[in-house]
Amino acid sequence: MAEEAEHGLEQAMGRILQIGVTASALVVSIGGILYLAQTRGARPSYQHFQSATAQLTTVHGIVAQALSLNPAGIVEFGILLLIATPICRVLFGVVGFAMLRDRLYTAISAIVLVILLFSFITSR
Amino acid sequence: MLEPFHPSMSVSLFSLALFATSLVAGFLGAMTGLGGGVVIVPALCLLFNVDVHYALGASLVSVIATSSGAAAAFVREGYSNIRIGMFLEVATTLGALLGAYLTAKVAGNWIGIIFGVVLLYSAWSSLHKMHDAPPAGPPDPLALRLNLKGSYPVGEGRQSYVAAHVPQAFAIMFGAGTLSGLLGIGSGAVKVLAMDGAMKLPFKVSTTTSNFMIGVTAAASAGIYLARGYILPSLTWPVVLGVLAGSLLGARALTRTRVKTIRLAFVVVIVALGIEMIYNGVTGRL
Repeated sequence: MAEEAEHGLEQAMGRILQIGVTASALVVSIGGILYLAQTRGARPSYQHFQSATAQLTTVHGIVAQALSLNPAGIVEFGILLLIATPICRVLFGVVGFAMLRDRLYTAISAIVLVILLFSFITSR
Repeated sequence: MLEPFHPSMSVSLFSLALFATSLVAGFLGAMTGLGGGVVIVPALCLLFNVDVHYALGASLVSVIATSSGAAAAFVREGYSNIRIGMFLEVATTLGALLGAYLTAKVAGNWIGIIFGVVLLYSAWSSLHKMHDAPPAGPPDPLALRLNLKGSYPVGEGRQSYVAAHVPQAFAIMFGAGTLSGLLGIGSGAVKVLAMDGAMKLPFKVSTTTSNFMIGVTAAASAGIYLARGYILPSLTWPVVLGVLAGSLLGARALTRTRVKTIRLAFVVVIVALGIEMIYNGVTGRL
């Protein structure tokens, strides 16, 4: 019984990872093709570091850029989906372990989730 | 100096060259089990003249893609231990926050030197055949209290195991997380060291659980990388798609080919890149 429920959690985690990676690869491909279609000339240098454009360093900015169909915004939105994939997997862990009545691992998964969200909130 | 990817190259040709290079890296990485991410940073820096911070960003994103893709299969087959993975992720994500924070404090040259050393370590550790030694003595009581045990499929039945040396493994994992955040890599070799070497888990469980953890570890640094502007869409898209496609093909080829020669060739490439990263770091060219 418990074994079956564990197996269910493993299947759900596997599924969310697969869906996340596929969706992200699709969005990144669309953005990349649009980027190639709209960009001409020599390659950018990339040799000296200056931060990516300010609009593409926040979740809010990226979504706005993607909605306005800016190729770089679409690529970056796909990358956001990719980053969100393992975070969703941890969220599944919190819910899944709670359903298994495993208090210890519900707490451990919740700690990992808090650390992950912390990295997004404090990096401003 | 040899410069195969000249600055006047067109955007489309440059993107194609990035895609092709990443495809090969992903293919060899998946086939040999060393991971494609580990060669992306040196390839971008040394071959394409990309600033090390941009290279870290593109590499980190690729690492999330390949590890999540592979983990999806392993976790469903029942090899990865999700409890051990989740417990150790507390250490790797905290380490990753520290590592990502350090990327802005540590000079690019030092990142190159540390990177080179990690490349040499990965090459060395991959040449040492890991074996499944049963843990000596009674199982760690901490492991029993934390439920760090499980079983995995072997032939017809299942083999059970209990983790040993939990505090040591936790400490090594913090280090693995720091390296991952600092270098934009999965640091799978260090994660396997913690689980195979310290916890004495079966090799197949160590490698698949390590893979399971890599995406979450990298996601912890990704927020900081994004906010700092390390993740450039125009550079990252051909790299992430190339590594992902390459690793899918590599995982498939794995079952059909004899890997030994390819593995050795890839190790030679890694050693060469490691030495060149250290050299460029020391001479101040990164």
